Amino acid sequence: MSKKTILEVKNLSTHYMTSKGDVRGLDDANFVLRKGESLGVAGESGCGKSTMAFSLLKQVQPPGKIVNGSIDLDGIEVTKLTEKQARKKIRWNKISMVFQGAMDILTPVYTVGQQMKEPLKYHKGIEGKEAKSICLEYLDLVDLDAEIFNRYPHELSGGQKQRVIIATALLLEPDVVILDEPTTALDVVVEARIMNDLKRLKKELDNSTIFITHDLSILAEVSDQLAIMYAGWIVEIGDALDIYHDPKHPYTEKLMAAIPTLHEDIDRLEYIPGAPPDLIRPPSGCRFHPRCHKAFDKCKEEVPKERMVDGVRVRCHLYPEE
Amino acid sequence: MAETILKARNLTKHFEITQSFFNLLLRKQKMVVKAVDGIDFEIHKKKSFALVGESGCGKTTVGKLIMKLLELTDGQLIMEGKDISNIKDTAKIKAYRRVTQMIYQDPFSSLDPRFKVFDILQEPMLIHDIGGDIEERRELVKRALEEVRLVPPEEFIDRYPHMLSGGQKQRVAIARALILKPDFIVADEPVSMLDVSVRAEILNLMKDLIDKEDLTYLYITHDISTTRFFSDEIGVMYLGDLVERGDVAKVLDTPLHPYTQALVTAVPEPKPERVGRIKDIPIKGEVPSGTNIPEGCRFHPRCPYAKKICKNKNPPEKFPLEDGHGAKCHFAGQIEYDKDRFIK
Repeated sequence: MSKKTILEVKNLSTHYMTSKGDVRGLDDANFVLRKGESLGVAGESGCGKSTMAFSLLKQVQPPGKIVNGSIDLDGIEVTKLTEKQARKKIRWNKISMVFQGAMDILTPVYTVGQQMKEPLKYHKGIEGKEAKSICLEYLDLVDLDAEIFNRYPHELSGGQKQRVIIATALLLEPDVVILDEPTTALDVVVEARIMNDLKRLKKELDNSTIFITHDLSILAEVSDQLAIMYAGWIVEIGDALDIYHDPKHPYTEKLMAAIPTLHEDIDRLEYIPGAPPDLIRPPSGCRFHPRCHKAFDKCKEEVPKERMVDGVRVRCHLYPEE
Repeated sequence: MAETILKARNLTKHFEITQSFFNLLLRKQKMVVKAVDGIDFEIHKKKSFALVGESGCGKTTVGKLIMKLLELTDGQLIMEGKDISNIKDTAKIKAYRRVTQMIYQDPFSSLDPRFKVFDILQEPMLIHDIGGDIEERRELVKRALEEVRLVPPEEFIDRYPHMLSGGQKQRVAIARALILKPDFIVADEPVSMLDVSVRAEILNLMKDLIDKEDLTYLYITHDISTTRFFSDEIGVMYLGDLVERGDVAKVLDTPLHPYTQALVTAVPEPKPERVGRIKDIPIKGEVPSGTNIPEGCRFHPRCPYAKKICKNKNPPEKFPLEDGHGAKCHFAGQIEYDKDRFIK
């Protein structure tokens, strides 16, 4: 625990105010990220993973709004920043994000180089040859040839584009990099190579990463800490190894069992019956109770608070409150 | 071995690229994409055959050829003893499609948003003249919905696709394929758009249907991790060619072709001992274009074990099967393989 805390999130809630009611995209999230550490965030679609990422960047799109809680990013209170301050102070500089489907983010009419230099110019006023040499350094870091700098996006393969995006996100040496499904659209071999790069970069740059995906098997290979999300809640968070060895929350348990194995024969895959709830009117008590195989009366009535069980923080009535 | 339902011999599909006017004037040679380049395989009755490979390797083209959505350039397809490679007659194709159906990747776009579930499932029956009147068809639709566990069917039959979740939509798509009681289903990435838990549920359901409905699947996927559970046999495609084929457990546990070995190593596994480890993936570069297939073995420019012979000579034309497992590689069986090799 000697490492410096870079990001501390407390009671963070982000809701989307729609005409039908408030969609509780993220409710009461708490976590701490230290320097050089990686946090893996997993859950089904619509569980609030991306909402959490956008909240950290103070970039929640209307009708979404951070309604409660605090985000302390290396001494800066993110929730209080105005749009202009957020852009100048934190985005790219302190925290950057590789978006889902990032490959389509590159503009087709500019070369890779022109696009990469942009954040350097805007944030640090670095231009010309100096900017180019920094860009080349980062392209090299993600295993790309220097000639990529002068190419247009349509000349690159999916994996190369993804690497360009990752290099750009790292350019200004942010403390935290958020990767939102960075490998979902890629083939296994390319995915494995990019994962290799990410693991290597983490060691070389010692930055903190938040890795968001629906694919638990990828997270197993990169995360120090693991957070499992369900219906806007972080239902379980703790040391990744502990959670893999012994999942505490029934949801995590089922989610792990649903992953098919490559080298063992199985007759049946486990699955979770039903569908995630409507977040305008989430179920009473524990939001997972209608799909939970271990639910009992209390789960319907009382919202479970977070509690520590063997060093892992769980939101479940199965375990005694502190 | 079980009875063979589908046999492909030298299955070939080449796409000609439309030439520019300028190139026509210059009489340049036409460019051809060799999407499927002479592959052989058999699929056995009531089994699931998985076809895996990276995007652009030609696996979807194989599916479309089997569905007769594309014309064969060369080769032969035999379904249930009948040669279907050259049928062009609409009536014959229609009859063929009664026994062969397809499930598409994206349930969000494969269902017509303005059709109710009933209309979606009624459509194939209308085309093929099944079920006398609307009442009878409604009964059949309900039965099909029960089959894919959308219960109670009354609750789903009058919904529009937007009122269903992703998993429910894919069940409707499966029900649509089942309603004609086909013998053979081409499932093209049926679960890749779905969440892990839903994915497991749909795969369980599809697997149960093998025995219940006497089905055979061609399961096209890029996600090798699901094949161990869902399939009996597997074929690995690379750049239009089938490079390895065999029993699913054998191929995944002891892959013979260097490409398969890399694919299997690359699959992320939720094992704690893999945290932070960097994998040794020896294959270099990216898949070359289908217009420009390398001489000799088509994998040699990326292969870490390539020798002189690989550059000059194509590995055996015929598929060298031993115990139902084989690979198109000059050095098959001689390359050491350890699934857990890591750099550090």
